[in-house]
Amino acid sequence: MKPVETTSPTDEFVKGLWRENPVFVQVLGMCPVLAVSNTAINALAMGLATTFVMCMSNTLVAVLRHAIPRQVRIATYILIIATFVTVVDYTIEAISLDLHRALGAFISLIVVNCLILGRAEAFASRHGAGIAMLDGLGMGAGFTLALVCLGGVRELLGSGSLFGVAVLPAGFEPWIVMILPGGGFFTLAAWLLLINYLKQRRQADAEPVREALQ
Amino acid sequence: MNEQSLWSIFVNAALVNNFVLAYFLGICPFLGVSAKIGTATRMGGAVMFVMLVSSVCAYGIHHLLIAIGAPFLELIAFIAVIASAVQLVEMFIKKMSPALFRALGIFLPLITTNCAILGLALFQTNKGYGFGQAIVYAFGAGAGFTLALILMAGIREKLEFADTPQVVRGTAIALIVAGILSLSFMGFAGLGA
Repeated sequence: MKPVETTSPTDEFVKGLWRENPVFVQVLGMCPVLAVSNTAINALAMGLATTFVMCMSNTLVAVLRHAIPRQVRIATYILIIATFVTVVDYTIEAISLDLHRALGAFISLIVVNCLILGRAEAFASRHGAGIAMLDGLGMGAGFTLALVCLGGVRELLGSGSLFGVAVLPAGFEPWIVMILPGGGFFTLAAWLLLINYLKQRRQADAEPVREALQ
Repeated sequence: MNEQSLWSIFVNAALVNNFVLAYFLGICPFLGVSAKIGTATRMGGAVMFVMLVSSVCAYGIHHLLIAIGAPFLELIAFIAVIASAVQLVEMFIKKMSPALFRALGIFLPLITTNCAILGLALFQTNKGYGFGQAIVYAFGAGAGFTLALILMAGIREKLEFADTPQVVRGTAIALIVAGILSLSFMGFAGLGA
């Protein structure tokens, strides 16, 4: 028996939020992260859509994991994911046409988000349905968190507002560059820098303790 | 029907709205395969070829699905056809040139999950391009992808010798370079309009 069952369900959920955050730690699924994070609302919608798709496809892959032949598993996963993405695409179009227009082809492009395929292959195909669903929820939540972090910064600096509400004083000169594609790259780089810095500082803190133990 | 001229479609896809630097499509291979100019060029060639094949297929599928009244199957059909096209290209290259096949290695099957390919199929459908326009669009997008990949690889080869601080090494510095490249590509705005 492999020691996979030692982690608790809450741990499966929480790991996606921070320790194995898909965007900041694993650097997966970059295309939608950069493309739709120009406002916080778009980022949140994209995050929720991806979470739904990941949650459902993880569950279905886990349920079918003994029925899918190994040779065609990737193609099967992609078809499962594409089905749920079509559902999301039509749902968003029915709820809010403006949002659908703002996100454009990037809703359909959730299909090729390597994060979803990665979770199906690395986690859902080896675990039960319940735990796979939790993993999908957790990873989705981490993905949404990262997207909103990015979208919030870009919207705040690029247009002086947050979730469409103006928060900075009228005298604030918006940094147009933050809404342009280049701003996406810069903001993500800045977040990665911050996280790298915190990680290295924690390692430096832990170093003397380890030496004292030896 | 879209009336844009072929030249303007090409310039638009390759430079003004570069798939990597303006639409953020295909970022994974852009960051993953851009360490050496040689691999970047070969990868760009393979992607351009798959783009042309899937563009032609997407044009056919779109019109077929409209004819039988099932547009909701479009996404599933696109991704299934792209996956099989990549498989076909892989078998073809393996048969014709084993040397090239070995050189491309894992990058070839990974083209399936390259969002630039699916993005191309979706964009050309949304814009309502005709057959000739679709092919030129695919060619331009492929050329733009290759150009961005080669530029990035050139910068990263130089960057290896630079004395960068410990914190920025890896993805962070690659993203900053990509951001500056993206800003400079903004200079093409308005060209070919």
